[in-house]
Amino acid sequence: MRAGFLVAAVGAFAVVGCASLVYSAPSKEETLAVIRSSFADHGIAKIDRLKQTELQAVCSDTRNNPPRDVRERLEKAALATVKYPSDGKWLGDHKQGERIAQTGVGLQWSDRADTPAGGNCYACHQLSKAEISFGNIGPSLYNYGKLRGSSEAIQRYTWAKIWNTHSFNACSSMPRYGDAGILTEAQIRDVMALLLDPASPVNQ
Amino acid sequence: MARRRSASVMRHWALTCVGIGLAVGTTMPAAQDNTMQEIERYRLMLQDSNPAELMVARGEGLWKEKRGPKNATLEQCDLGLGPGVVKGAYARLPRYFADADQVLDFEARLVHCMVTLQGIDRATATKNPYSGAGERQTDIEALTAYVVEQSRGAPIAVSQAHPQEKAAFERGKTLFYMRAGPYDFACATCHGADNQRIRLQELPNFEKAEAAQRAFASWPAYRVSQGALRTMQWRLNDCFRQARWPEPIFISPASIDLITFLGVRANGGKMDSPSIKR
Repeated sequence: MRAGFLVAAVGAFAVVGCASLVYSAPSKEETLAVIRSSFADHGIAKIDRLKQTELQAVCSDTRNNPPRDVRERLEKAALATVKYPSDGKWLGDHKQGERIAQTGVGLQWSDRADTPAGGNCYACHQLSKAEISFGNIGPSLYNYGKLRGSSEAIQRYTWAKIWNTHSFNACSSMPRYGDAGILTEAQIRDVMALLLDPASPVNQ
Repeated sequence: MARRRSASVMRHWALTCVGIGLAVGTTMPAAQDNTMQEIERYRLMLQDSNPAELMVARGEGLWKEKRGPKNATLEQCDLGLGPGVVKGAYARLPRYFADADQVLDFEARLVHCMVTLQGIDRATATKNPYSGAGERQTDIEALTAYVVEQSRGAPIAVSQAHPQEKAAFERGKTLFYMRAGPYDFACATCHGADNQRIRLQELPNFEKAEAAQRAFASWPAYRVSQGALRTMQWRLNDCFRQARWPEPIFISPASIDLITFLGVRANGGKMDSPSIKR
């Protein structure tokens, strides 16, 4: 009896002792628990931001390439979140739009909750010809309106693309400017004007 | 003389840029190409004198100074190559340490040594790891400058021999590709493709060994725009701020996992730090 206990104890020790020497891949749950314990609230950036939406989780796990049926379902759900302008007015002031496109503040822990966020469009896109400091993660939007015209369909598509980019590309890299509450409806109108107003520097 | 030479260099570049502009059409305006070359020229000019040298000197002093409740130096700190061996140690971190039963990056191991050898309280040691605007470098920044300097030219060799090192890499990889927060950003959003830029800042693609090596080898770095020595933990911290994530806790397990992932991707590169960056 006592010998049996001893054998069992030695066996258990061997299992525990070897556990740290034998590699087993960490599960997703284990990994997420380590990640959650490694971040902290700072100002407006709280740890609840680590809680992934279904789309964020699917795009992470599939390296932004989900199976077709999943992709189509996510895109349909994203399109359903889009709120179109209540008064039917699509275009604001392109000059304001340019300011929003230039500004990168908002939603960082170094920002205040009442700081209006920018769109930071130039971080990733070429827009006006005059601004040569632009990134290339997104496509060039120079002459966006000139090339596409400003039909109702183009305005509607552009609004939805800015409001929730996942409507047309489930795992697009662009932020959801309307859906995530980054820009207000009025700000999106101004960015629309930057893209589509024939007088905008983008269309010169 | 120097001014005249630089004017002629600029003329030469302007001509070259016209050529490139014509060759690639409208996708890369000549003006932008010219600006990027000017930035590169500025970077090269900075290499002449690096204020990090002063921090290396102060860090060496701190390393050898008796401090803390135990009135001990850090000279017996085991950075993975045995107590007291500093040369080449940074290039092999993060790694598994049996005495801590954990994978630790350099900054975590430094804190471990401050706690165990000098008797400094962990909360005190980790309280303010990064200097603010206009402040003198923190002890951790100065000590980091000293230790990483002793790895200049050493090949990056982040071990994957121990099961915990493998697990750290896998968790780090998951974090690298994890999209979260109000902007839906992952590290990979900006650092997962070739030749990507934010504005005019080139972004290393950590899926490619060469780009990963160049980036990993150049941190920690002296940032001219901030007048400060910035460590690898700081580098991650500021990326997460801009990605609109919550703040990574200094030397937290996930931060070490991510540095392990980046380090393994950079294996084979040659450390060239502290570097100087704009």
